[in-house]
Amino acid sequence: MKRETKRTGVFTRRALLVGGAQLAAFGALGAKLYQVQIVQGARYSTLAETNRISARLIAPPRGRLLDRFGEPVAGNKLNWRALLIAEQTGDITATLDNFSRIVPLADHERARIERELRRHRRFIPVTVREFLSWEDMASIEVNAPDLPGILVDVGTTRIYPFGPALAHIVGYVAPPNDQDVAEDTMFALPGMRVGRAGVEKFHDKPLRGRAGAVQLEVNAVGRVIRELDRQEGTPGLDIGLTIDSTLQKMVIDRIGDESASAVVMDARNGEVLAMVTNPSFDPSLFNSGVSQAQWLEWTRNRRAPLINKAASGLYAPGSTFKIVVAMAGLESKAITPFDIVNCPGYLDFGDRRYHCWSKYGHGGMDLRGGLKNSCDVYFYEVARRTGIDRIAAMAHRFGLAVPLDIELPGTRQGFMPTRAWRMKQGKAWNIGDTIVSGIGQGYMQLTPLSLAVMVSRMATGRAVQPHLTRTFGNAMAPGAKAEDWPSLGVSERSLHAIREGMWAVVNEQGGSAPLAKLDLPNVQMAGKTGSAQVRNVTREQREHGYKSENQAWELRPNALFVAFAPYDAPRYALALVVEHGNAGAAAAAPIARDIMTDVLTRDPAGRREAPTQRVAEANAP
Amino acid sequence: MSVLERRLIRETSFGLTNKLWQISWIYVLLLCVLASVGYVALYSAAGGSPEPYASRHILRFGFGLTLMLSIAMVDIRFIARMSWLAYAGSVVLLILVLKMGHVGKGAQRWLDLGGMPWQPSELMKIALILALAAWFHRASWERMGNPLFLIPPAIAVLIPVGLILKEPNLGTAVITGAIGATIFLGAGVRWWKVGIGLGAIGLGVPVAYHHLHDYQKARITTFLNPESDPLGAGYNIIQSKIALGSGGMWGKGFLQGTQGHLNFLPEKQTDFIFTMLGEEFGLVGSLALLGLLCLITIGGMLIALRCRHQFGRLVALGVSMNFFLYVLVNVAMVTGTIPVGGVPLPLVSHGGTAMITVMIGFGLLMSVHVHRDTEFSDGRDEV
Repeated sequence: MKRETKRTGVFTRRALLVGGAQLAAFGALGAKLYQVQIVQGARYSTLAETNRISARLIAPPRGRLLDRFGEPVAGNKLNWRALLIAEQTGDITATLDNFSRIVPLADHERARIERELRRHRRFIPVTVREFLSWEDMASIEVNAPDLPGILVDVGTTRIYPFGPALAHIVGYVAPPNDQDVAEDTMFALPGMRVGRAGVEKFHDKPLRGRAGAVQLEVNAVGRVIRELDRQEGTPGLDIGLTIDSTLQKMVIDRIGDESASAVVMDARNGEVLAMVTNPSFDPSLFNSGVSQAQWLEWTRNRRAPLINKAASGLYAPGSTFKIVVAMAGLESKAITPFDIVNCPGYLDFGDRRYHCWSKYGHGGMDLRGGLKNSCDVYFYEVARRTGIDRIAAMAHRFGLAVPLDIELPGTRQGFMPTRAWRMKQGKAWNIGDTIVSGIGQGYMQLTPLSLAVMVSRMATGRAVQPHLTRTFGNAMAPGAKAEDWPSLGVSERSLHAIREGMWAVVNEQGGSAPLAKLDLPNVQMAGKTGSAQVRNVTREQREHGYKSENQAWELRPNALFVAFAPYDAPRYALALVVEHGNAGAAAAAPIARDIMTDVLTRDPAGRREAPTQRVAEANAP
Repeated sequence: MSVLERRLIRETSFGLTNKLWQISWIYVLLLCVLASVGYVALYSAAGGSPEPYASRHILRFGFGLTLMLSIAMVDIRFIARMSWLAYAGSVVLLILVLKMGHVGKGAQRWLDLGGMPWQPSELMKIALILALAAWFHRASWERMGNPLFLIPPAIAVLIPVGLILKEPNLGTAVITGAIGATIFLGAGVRWWKVGIGLGAIGLGVPVAYHHLHDYQKARITTFLNPESDPLGAGYNIIQSKIALGSGGMWGKGFLQGTQGHLNFLPEKQTDFIFTMLGEEFGLVGSLALLGLLCLITIGGMLIALRCRHQFGRLVALGVSMNFFLYVLVNVAMVTGTIPVGGVPLPLVSHGGTAMITVMIGFGLLMSVHVHRDTEFSDGRDEV
């Protein structure tokens, strides 16, 4: 046991030593506490009562949004404002009354200030008035003794140089609500804004940046004695969009007064070059608060300026959908490009007669002819042979009625009917439903954006996703290269057959959209028209000489056009919906031609630098 | 020791009821008092409400207490046999956290286990104590003199220290190293050998630092120089001192702490919970709390001294040291003595992992106490 004794002895000695050290350490901690709480206690008490080291956050500048050539589409501007710190003013009402004598405050402003004062802690400054003039600032400074707790500082405000032109893409910012403040204390700072729509909302976190801080020694009345420390925050990230703002404006100008939406995409990688919704609204109005009257005007307008029709507007695709029906037929081997369908001007099925748009009929039609003439009977038959479920599956492969990876909150995916859906409703699917689906009517509802994706995928055979982000700070966002996107997995022969049909639509004698033919040397556009009814036309009306152009605006069919160009090396894809424009060939095709001409001459996807206006003009025909 | 005596010991040590009687209920009471102090502090930190901190705190403590008492019932010899297994398991968890852990507050320390975030480095400290105790339990006095015999346990310390350093969590790495060194000393390794070992680690750190990624270096820099973090530890410490100092002798009274409730004091429910109490209950309150913490630490040392086998002594020493280092670093931090962050006050601060691992440690301590007289051969009988 000698060994054991020795070991025990050593342990006991050392354990006592360790225990002693622990006791000594506790003693030292106790002494330190005595020093802090008693010896220096008076000093710290004064610091706590009268002098406060107040850490104030510095709002980081919000990141800018740039177009693909670096042109700012959302930026920041200096903004002088008056703030009120509740704990530094004795009588808030008196202070605000004094302030009103210098800069008048409306009742709703007073109400907002009092609401914010209740919401925030007493040492957090609350904005009294923003966008002060020099004169106002000077008067406030002169009257400072009457205005305890009021201070003037400079912040930033959000500006949108392109205004309504990019409102639906860029979105807007608005003052944060309680929930935002709970999420990030930075939002308690005066002048902070949070993205509420569009890319401003989608990329809000990176745009926001990180707050810096100043440590200030302030005295009992809140006057800053000195600045102890200052840490700059991290500014928000500048984000580059895929949009070409000049092209965007050109498209808007071309659309003019129509209630319409257009999407121009780089068909090879899904970059959205322009996305126009007309009419639009001024996004900067949300920054300072929208007036009741303005809001009512927006929401009562039947052309719905607040809705991004390009991404969230739902339309029957009409004949533009025929290219997907054809693809479904070809890929499922229900048809070959050479099968002939005779069109006498109608198709009788069951007890119903389905009319072709041409009441004289087109005669024998193959795929190319069916597309070229947009023959309804041909596609009734293709749809009947293929079946709705295969058509729906092919539509999903082409980006229709599926979620798209676009950076726009509120984007809708659209709707594509299937047998299973109808079954869930407790009803049987009729072959008649399939037949009308063949010409893009019936239950289906799609967005212009998804139609642009459809035609992009048709043009390149790649499963591109539409996107708006090109760069994050200095880094390239993924998806800029065509090789980033997988193949759709449909056969090249089917793609070719359909593209050829779309070429014939525009370029061949007797095609349905001769007005879309480009007036450019060596470049051709391929496309497809669509005119989608928004109401049912009965046989009776048809027999009594129904003419849609004589109807009220809301009852006229929507005019659609989808296109890609150049035909032999597809690069740009376009989808255009003119609400109640009546006929795709007449209302949409000429606009599409002019837009595509602009796109091809500017060639935004092929350039690194923005072409100068002059170059663009020089190239124009 | 007569045969009869041995029989007696064996029988008492195997009866569950007897074992329950052997538990130091005074010690358990001290822990309950400490957890209640935590409840009071967290009630105040939430602005006078049991939600969201205090109620969960007491639930966790209940769970921890059950765990502790269960572990106390486990035969110490069985624990010793499992030591290296626990060590290996903890090392695996540490590696997992490096591979797939969350990054929380600038370091990769958290592992999601069953929906609850875990910090394996806390578990690692307990496992290391067990492993070292098991190793030195089997060491004869003569073998202790052989430097080669000290290499395996030294490696056993270096592996977790290195892994924790890589997370990077400098504070826990240093604490882990310090616990290792304490057990080496308790086992009878000569002072100068331990000194040389610590010196070698000290020299090795800059080399290891050199091999870290830039972002890992940046995290360590922030840790060493909190002023570089605008709202970080530097600001926190100033506010902590103001809050403590303004508490004075008797404090401002329960729920009356202005600095804490005006949100001048950050992280008041975790790292700065001591400050919260110091402001509201004054020097009297903070010294009373310090005294309680001291009693629990020294109680652990007394259990170590009272134990009759080397394994138990070393485990008790390690557990006591672990608790002590938590308290030391935390209180030194809130009084502005050292500029670190991220170390909670055990059983008082809000937080799951620290609570559970500390209670596991106390479970082991209690098992040592229950089995203090158990005959526990070191495998080299009768010299």
